[in-house]
Amino acid sequence: MEVERPAMDVRPELPWLTIVWNDPVNLMSYVTYVFQTVFGYPREKAEKLMMDVHHKGKAVVASGSREEMERDVQILHSYGLWATVQRDS
Amino acid sequence: MSAGFTAAGEGVSITLDAGEVSVLSSLVSQILGLVEPGVTGDDPLERALGIGSGSAPSDPVLARLFPSAYAEDEKASEEFRRYTEATLREGKRADAQTLLDTAEPGVLKLTPEQGQAWLRALNDVRLALGVRLGVTEQIHDEMAEMPEEDPRYPALAIYEWLTYLQDTLVRALW
Repeated sequence: MEVERPAMDVRPELPWLTIVWNDPVNLMSYVTYVFQTVFGYPREKAEKLMMDVHHKGKAVVASGSREEMERDVQILHSYGLWATVQRDS
Repeated sequence: MSAGFTAAGEGVSITLDAGEVSVLSSLVSQILGLVEPGVTGDDPLERALGIGSGSAPSDPVLARLFPSAYAEDEKASEEFRRYTEATLREGKRADAQTLLDTAEPGVLKLTPEQGQAWLRALNDVRLALGVRLGVTEQIHDEMAEMPEEDPRYPALAIYEWLTYLQDTLVRALW
């Protein structure tokens, strides 16, 4: 049986991601504090993300529209964190 | 040496001597010298919106203070920079100025907002020193074994002191 496929790709638009990269200067306490302050994450979640950055070299700290992620990255840069935007793949 | 920051009422407090204030002010002034005001185009609309140049800074310290927002897309990074860097520069300059305006010897009390400005200003100084000194994550252990005659020792000792101040400030604000 032939399945009719939609002519257009109807999958929801892929979300964008905010990535924070490990660096040797930013303190573990400070990075945790910034995640809590900027994203309103509870301390436990902020600490887990910080540990991911520290041990894995980077972590996805937020996802959403491109505009939202660019705003997050701008705020993280104001705190001196090394953050980038990329499309989820 | 200063015992660092403690929570005090709504804000934070620290006791600094004249020498410590002098070191902090000097370092933060250097950041102000390095991070020039955000430059925008001549177009009044661009000025009003803080739209400036999109090219990445060549100085490694500035490159670290204003990183590229897209790791693998130079064009998108330039576009992001055009729309954000002037604002980011003004923010970093305002934080540095707050520290310079409030730092004085004796018992210092800061509001939570001033404490946040100090936190970011101290971090900017540490990032700048970290790049210039080639600091790695092992710096604390390296310092423990480094003889005081080592030419890097004085600057790294200041870096470690700033690290201590910043860590106590985070905990006082939490």
